[in-house]
Amino acid sequence: MFSEFLQYLFTGITIGATYALIALGFTLIYNASHVINFAQGEFLMIGGMATVSLTSMGVPMILAVVLAVLLAGILGIALQRFAIAPAKQADVVTLIIITIGASIFIRGLAQLIWGKEYHVMANFSSDEPIQVFGAVLNSQSLWVLGIGAVLVVGLVLFFTRTLIGKAILATSMNKEAARLVGIRTQMVLMLAFMVSALLGSVAGIVVAPITFTSYDIGIILGLKGFVAAAIGGLGSGVGAVVGGLALGVVEAMAAGYLSSDYKDAVAFSMILLVLFFLPRGLFGAKVVERV
Amino acid sequence: MLSKMMRRAGKCAAVAAAGLMMMSAQAAEPIKIGSFLSVTGPASFLGDPELKTLQMYVEKINEEGGVLGRQLELIHYDDVGNASSARNFASRLLRSDQVDIIVGGSTTGATMAAVPLVEQAGVPFISLAGAVVITTPVKKWVFKTPQTDRMAAERVLGDMKARGLTKVGLISGTGGFGSSGRAQTLEVAEMMGVEIVADETYSGSDTDMTAQLTNIRNTDGVQAVLNFGFGQGPAIVTRNYNQLGIDLPFYQSHGVASDSFLELAGDSAEGLRLPASPLLVPDSLPESDPQKEVVQNYKAEYEARWDSKVSTFGAYAYDGLMLAVRAIEAAGSTDPEAVRNALESISGYVGVTGEFNMSPEDHNGLDADSFRILEVQNGEWKLID
Repeated sequence: MFSEFLQYLFTGITIGATYALIALGFTLIYNASHVINFAQGEFLMIGGMATVSLTSMGVPMILAVVLAVLLAGILGIALQRFAIAPAKQADVVTLIIITIGASIFIRGLAQLIWGKEYHVMANFSSDEPIQVFGAVLNSQSLWVLGIGAVLVVGLVLFFTRTLIGKAILATSMNKEAARLVGIRTQMVLMLAFMVSALLGSVAGIVVAPITFTSYDIGIILGLKGFVAAAIGGLGSGVGAVVGGLALGVVEAMAAGYLSSDYKDAVAFSMILLVLFFLPRGLFGAKVVERV
Repeated sequence: MLSKMMRRAGKCAAVAAAGLMMMSAQAAEPIKIGSFLSVTGPASFLGDPELKTLQMYVEKINEEGGVLGRQLELIHYDDVGNASSARNFASRLLRSDQVDIIVGGSTTGATMAAVPLVEQAGVPFISLAGAVVITTPVKKWVFKTPQTDRMAAERVLGDMKARGLTKVGLISGTGGFGSSGRAQTLEVAEMMGVEIVADETYSGSDTDMTAQLTNIRNTDGVQAVLNFGFGQGPAIVTRNYNQLGIDLPFYQSHGVASDSFLELAGDSAEGLRLPASPLLVPDSLPESDPQKEVVQNYKAEYEARWDSKVSTFGAYAYDGLMLAVRAIEAAGSTDPEAVRNALESISGYVGVTGEFNMSPEDHNGLDADSFRILEVQNGEWKLID
């Protein structure tokens, strides 16, 4: 009985951690620009795919990971420079549509380069599952959780302790005012896209051994990550993490205790409930518009 | 009198000449083979080898002089695995491209979306999708090349019974293939006296099926597990199954019968069994097997041309195209009614998938024995039955 519960919990937390990492990427860009970057899933895909193809070309794993993350970072900058920045004063909805277009473009490119098959990545450490009180835990889940935790702490420090982090926050609060105090807002936006791309690609790399990876993996995981971010309240880092974990655990518990048929319906109802009672999500800021 | 005869002969000659001219004009006109396939999207592993197969053999047939002295022209669209675009493309093939025959429809959903249009237009249609609903009940213009999922269920449950396993835990995908397979398995199980003790599902985009498998493992009396699904889902199920250390015989459906599945599932696939086309084990077939040569040729030609491994799905397209060509040759024209009748009376055609014996009651023409039971041993397919 207990081992069952524990098994569902492990499963839920692993999936949830993945969602949380993706949700964080959404949060970061939302914070800086109020744009929801629907190409976030594509950063994730680039991370996984680039690592797989580099390792299959004989590049050592660690180097492949670094190169893949760099590639995603460059892609993030390129996205901001060549797609978002030229739109200048366009409103937020237009920018969001641009990110959707960019994601389709990146996906198409990835399909041309890497083909349409699913690719496998080996577990970072042993393939042997870990036994805990009768439940099993994939060793890769520990990597997902560990790296996820490190990234979350890193992000918190980045926003509270570094000048660049604070500049991003300032830009999100008021672009004009930020510019007046000497913040180069275009640069800040570019940084936000880059950091969020780095974040997404790391997420894509750590989950690839569990989920496999393919050119279109970003659609599914990106959507779930967005849902997690919305539950947590777009723009809140803590919210993204809580939202992701909650979504994962609810999905797993629903599959285990209710019926696997209703799993997605349960997750969906959860979003509706949260947004119905807390339109800004669990941790959304209560912003008052002053006129 | 004489002049009358002369005039009549002249008239005959004129008519004959006009007829000849018309015939030669017709000869120059290609036979149009239409196709809509899921070349990209979640079912791309079906559509991609199917399209490559069609392209390759249309080229080959044209080089060898075409069919009835006419060249083949392949007109194809990518439906991305989406039923409504499949319907649009089918409509375009019928109305504006005015194709002579359609060979396509990678998924059951795409096929069924096109069926009403095809039936209305009265154009022969050979589907490459699996579900039993495509040809049962028989539809006048619709044929298909893969075995039905019902046959797969019969074959799997039969093999289980032979091993003395009668209590089965079932897990299936919620997509068209999985849910149809699930329904057929439940029906066949009842007929064969096999009990389905657990019944779980997962959606195609799920990345972890541990919760469902835990439920199956904890079900009392379960003796074997069957997974019905395609795509990356079954590979994740296989990995989770192995991680959970479930110590029961494990079966998959023909939906994963390809070498790329072995790559994805890795060591965790060891010991699992599935019903599959002989294409996966061409060299282990006995010399007496009539399919051996066809299967070996297809594999060699495909792999030489595309530098990638063959899959059973491409073979469905091969059989579909060859059946179409055969029927057009037998009909002697591309008249839809004649081609349809010829298709319906094809018998003894040995394809890659099996031996086809069509009839007015059977637009699939295969039996369950065309599936072979394979087992994964040391990372390779091994022919069991």
